[in-house]
Amino acid sequence: MTLRLEPNIPDPDGFYEELIGMQRDLDDEQAALFQARLLLVLANHIGDRAVLTQALQAARRAGATQQKI
Amino acid sequence: MQKTYSYPEFAYRQSEEQRLGRVKRHPVVIVGAGPIGLTAALECASRGIPAVLLDDNNTVSIGSRAVCYAKRALEIWDRLGVGEAMVRKGVSWQVGKVFFRDDLVYQFDLLPEQGHKMPAMINLQQYYLEEFLVEACGKSGLVDLRWKHKLISLSQEADHAKLTLETPDGIFQLEADWVIACDGANSDTRKMVGAGFTGQFFQDRFLIADVVMKADFPTERWFWFDPPFHRGQSVLLHRQCDNVWRIDFQLGWEADPVEEKKPEKVIPRIRAMLGQGVEFELEWVSVYQFACRRIDRFRYERVLFAGDAAHQVSPFGARGANTGVQDVDNLVWKLKLVLDGQAPATLLDSYDEERAFAADDNLLNSTRSTDFITPKSRGSRVLRDAALQLAQEGAFARKLVNSGRLSTPTPYVHSSLNTPDETSFAGAMVPGTNCADAPVKRRGERLWFLNQLPAGFALLVFAPEAPATEVRLGDIRAQVVCVGRDFSDAEGLLAQRYDGQPGTVYLLRPDRHVAARWRSFDPVRIRAALARACNLKEQA
Repeated sequence: MTLRLEPNIPDPDGFYEELIGMQRDLDDEQAALFQARLLLVLANHIGDRAVLTQALQAARRAGATQQKI
Repeated sequence: MQKTYSYPEFAYRQSEEQRLGRVKRHPVVIVGAGPIGLTAALECASRGIPAVLLDDNNTVSIGSRAVCYAKRALEIWDRLGVGEAMVRKGVSWQVGKVFFRDDLVYQFDLLPEQGHKMPAMINLQQYYLEEFLVEACGKSGLVDLRWKHKLISLSQEADHAKLTLETPDGIFQLEADWVIACDGANSDTRKMVGAGFTGQFFQDRFLIADVVMKADFPTERWFWFDPPFHRGQSVLLHRQCDNVWRIDFQLGWEADPVEEKKPEKVIPRIRAMLGQGVEFELEWVSVYQFACRRIDRFRYERVLFAGDAAHQVSPFGARGANTGVQDVDNLVWKLKLVLDGQAPATLLDSYDEERAFAADDNLLNSTRSTDFITPKSRGSRVLRDAALQLAQEGAFARKLVNSGRLSTPTPYVHSSLNTPDETSFAGAMVPGTNCADAPVKRRGERLWFLNQLPAGFALLVFAPEAPATEVRLGDIRAQVVCVGRDFSDAEGLLAQRYDGQPGTVYLLRPDRHVAARWRSFDPVRIRAALARACNLKEQA
């Protein structure tokens, strides 16, 4: 398996709304913990070590480009 | 300060060579009579090598220090005749509990695999362990244990090392064909040969306290992350024998080690943790900072490094003494072959190859535990806390929680001494792996497989008879042991663990690691594998 980077969520706006809504009433620390828990839950669901490494690299890469701009 | 233990004082004796002023050459001189040096001396004695063991002190370890001894180390001590006494004296635990803030997050049961003589681990104060070893050294008749002998300089000649020692009677010299340096993390020997010792220092301090509990307390391992009685840090509690409990408080980098050791500082901490009603007495306290690092080469010509002198790990996961004992297990049979002229000195380079590989594996595991327990940034602390929060409900997250992993041996899977498999085998016993134990029966008596193996090389044959009683390569012998003749596979576990289909043959090293295996008994292949395991060109 390789990491899917093409659009894969059927309802992107709805998903994003739910993601934001889920942490609306949380302070910064609680929100950071929420995001970390979500990350671990999703990572376990994916399970595939190679895909996880690709995802980690993709996330890191995107941040690096933005820092340059 | 210690209430449950009084320290023996071992007598200093002037050696004859110092008294006569005569420089004497010894086959093996071991520096440092801690757990590893003592084990090295016993291992030498068990293989018929007279060993001089030097220590600059005259008693056992002050304070309990190392606590946990895992199965593989216990199996080595059992081969040396001291394992059973250690297990009898030690405390076994199976239940572990992990707490996060105010809550019990989960508990686990070690449930060790059945059918092994030695338990998964025991807890035992280091001074008891050393006492057993000192006593066994005395009984061996081959260990010359010299207290209050301090190594002050060392130089290397072409075929020996020269050591200058200081005793209460002054300074003298002796020579050694081989030196085993077991003088701990601050090894002077290491400095004398100019070896590098690098790695990672952790900016954190820990307080260890041994306390005697007045009332019953469960024999379990409790680990707290960020508990209410010690906010923002971690705490570990587990049991040793004599009702002594080890408590480990993470203090943080800013803590003042001198101040933190004071009873008036320590006692309130422990009281907050145990609750007001629990009576205890303070036995021993120490503050330490740890590092994960290793020596660049385990062998410097005639000097071989073992234990903390060669590698230092964090205490999470009980890897210090356990790996040190395995260093010695790996080294001494090789040294014996070299001393007897049966193998070239280059065989000792495989000690560096195999044990540096194991040390790196231990360092990796130890560093991972440390990074989980003491996160270095807000980001990693958030991830750790998230894993702990999830662990209460999600079994998957418990796998991520790392409060120290049980020390297990590192198989030498890439070792140049291994002969690769020619056919496929099931199970874990690939070449380079330490031999698994199993229950066996001999004349109706229930015994253990590892206790049936000879001291040298063995040929384990899964058949009631074999074409020979031994296979020889020069003076090196591999003695045949037949399953179904010398003992029976009482519960079928031996065949299961070794994939021992009828006719299967294993070549086992003197340190009980698999060197090679086949589906039939072929003396030509066996000799080739034996030569390879001894770093020899095969002789006809």
